[in-house]
Amino acid sequence: MAGILVIAEAVDGVIASISGELIGAAKKLSGEGAGSVTALVAGDAGLAQGLIAAGADNAIAATNGALATGTVDAYIPAIEAAIAQTGADIILLGQTSLGRDLGPALAFKFGTAVAMDCVDVTIDGGKLRATRSAYGGNARAEVGFRNSPAVATIKAKSFDAPAGAAGSGSVSTIDAAGDSRVKVIGTSKADTTGIRIEEAEVVVSGGRGLGDESAFRMLEELSGVLKGATGASRAACDLGWYPPSQQVGLTGKTVSPNLYIAVAISGASQHMAGMSGSKNIVAINKDGDANMVKVSKFAIVDDYKKVVPALIEEIKKLA
Amino acid sequence: MNIIVCVKQIPDPETPAASFKVDEVAKKVIPAQGIAPVVNPYDPQATEAALRLKDADGGGTVTVISLGAETARDAIKHALAMGADEGILITGPEFDGIDNFQTAKALAAAIQKLGGADLVLMGRAAADWDMGVVPTGVASILGVPAVTLAKAITKSGSVLTVERVLDDGFQTVEVNLPAVVSISNEFGEPRYPQLRQIMLAAKKTVQIWGAGDLGIGDQLGAANRDLTLEALYVPKVESNVEIIEGESPEEKARNLAQKLRAAKLI
Repeated sequence: MAGILVIAEAVDGVIASISGELIGAAKKLSGEGAGSVTALVAGDAGLAQGLIAAGADNAIAATNGALATGTVDAYIPAIEAAIAQTGADIILLGQTSLGRDLGPALAFKFGTAVAMDCVDVTIDGGKLRATRSAYGGNARAEVGFRNSPAVATIKAKSFDAPAGAAGSGSVSTIDAAGDSRVKVIGTSKADTTGIRIEEAEVVVSGGRGLGDESAFRMLEELSGVLKGATGASRAACDLGWYPPSQQVGLTGKTVSPNLYIAVAISGASQHMAGMSGSKNIVAINKDGDANMVKVSKFAIVDDYKKVVPALIEEIKKLA
Repeated sequence: MNIIVCVKQIPDPETPAASFKVDEVAKKVIPAQGIAPVVNPYDPQATEAALRLKDADGGGTVTVISLGAETARDAIKHALAMGADEGILITGPEFDGIDNFQTAKALAAAIQKLGGADLVLMGRAAADWDMGVVPTGVASILGVPAVTLAKAITKSGSVLTVERVLDDGFQTVEVNLPAVVSISNEFGEPRYPQLRQIMLAAKKTVQIWGAGDLGIGDQLGAANRDLTLEALYVPKVESNVEIIEGESPEEKARNLAQKLRAAKLI
């Protein structure tokens, strides 16, 4: 096989964590016979050098400033040039704002196919095989590709970045870019007070079982004493109880904190898909048969309205 | 303005995990007993967006297309009851086991057969396979731009201004029509059909188109998938939970805090 092209991303001039994870996934495929790993990033050669330091064999700096808008139209000629240069038959992207649009667009451009939000990738019979959730996480699907280049977007935190093994290749540059039919007027950051949920070491989330919106104030107090972030299930967000930017789940944020406290969340697969990578799960639920209780390390089967305030006081005492 | 909305009928995503079964040999989900399929939860928001744009624009039609089984007529009827004007069901055995690339081909062919549209709207993804590929695919085949994850849309002349949802915030973009736009769950509550509208919708005719009508009969079916389905199964879950006991909720909370401290988690 002729190699893997990783579409890396940077935020404010710093290589994003998903990029390391993508290189980790590509290195795994490379070890299975997929060829060398080339990582492309929109930016200058110095930024691209960081991808080699992160483990890519070679790197491409896509230097055209038009790529900064992150539009599909701007990116496609740069990626076509990178495919022509490397001959890569696999393209890996992150399941990010960029990858969500660019993955399908590349697949249709090349007349191939894309597997979105993959949790695993492997080489099977000389071809890419990708594993992903389906049916709200109730099922796993393994998919293959009839033609190359095969395109896959990788779910955040599905792979580890390679540990301390820099590549030995070089950085080249590509200046190609397309005119975008979609004009970016402006961007704004989501209004999240406190710690970003994806990076929090502790996450306290609530679900529909809370029964009312004001309960989230109690959860915020608990996450506050634990210096963590507050999240919500899709059901709670759909009810308008908590901002969609804090939704944890298949169609929301993926988190993998050291401690995840799920309050009144039954554990529908939709939610599990976004937090099952948490290292330690605690469930507080009045239903002992809830799926969330089964998957947790510790669980309290009782009324959260009495448990959570008491837990806040106990944690304050221990602090 | 003529708007086409694509909707899909899917197994109910709130189906309890215990009722969800897969035929691993056929690589298909076994429909859960007594749980009816539903409109993909994102799609009524696309219909809502279409109806608001039509009202703001002061005219035009909203046509709803669904590709699926005969029962997908219900998903179309739901959109008609919300206020859409026309409905088209794409169905037939040729569509069995198709992937989202074939879905995009079929929808694009149907849109072309209708003479195109000023705007094509879809939900952000179908909650069954949750790929979100079809909006970009249809745009790609039609040769028009795609804008994904819209939370608000306004139209001025032939320019659409779309507020999009990003991973860590929002983005405002402009695009010339015609275009394909996918609607995010942040768009807001879709209207709830009133009984009178449901009765009126029941009387509306839904046109039925097959693969032959779209001229794509030879490109369909599981054998023509670009994304091949190699395996479908239910992942296993093991339980090692320690239930924290106590005489009262307060005592349980105290015992949990001590367990968490002992495990160095707090």
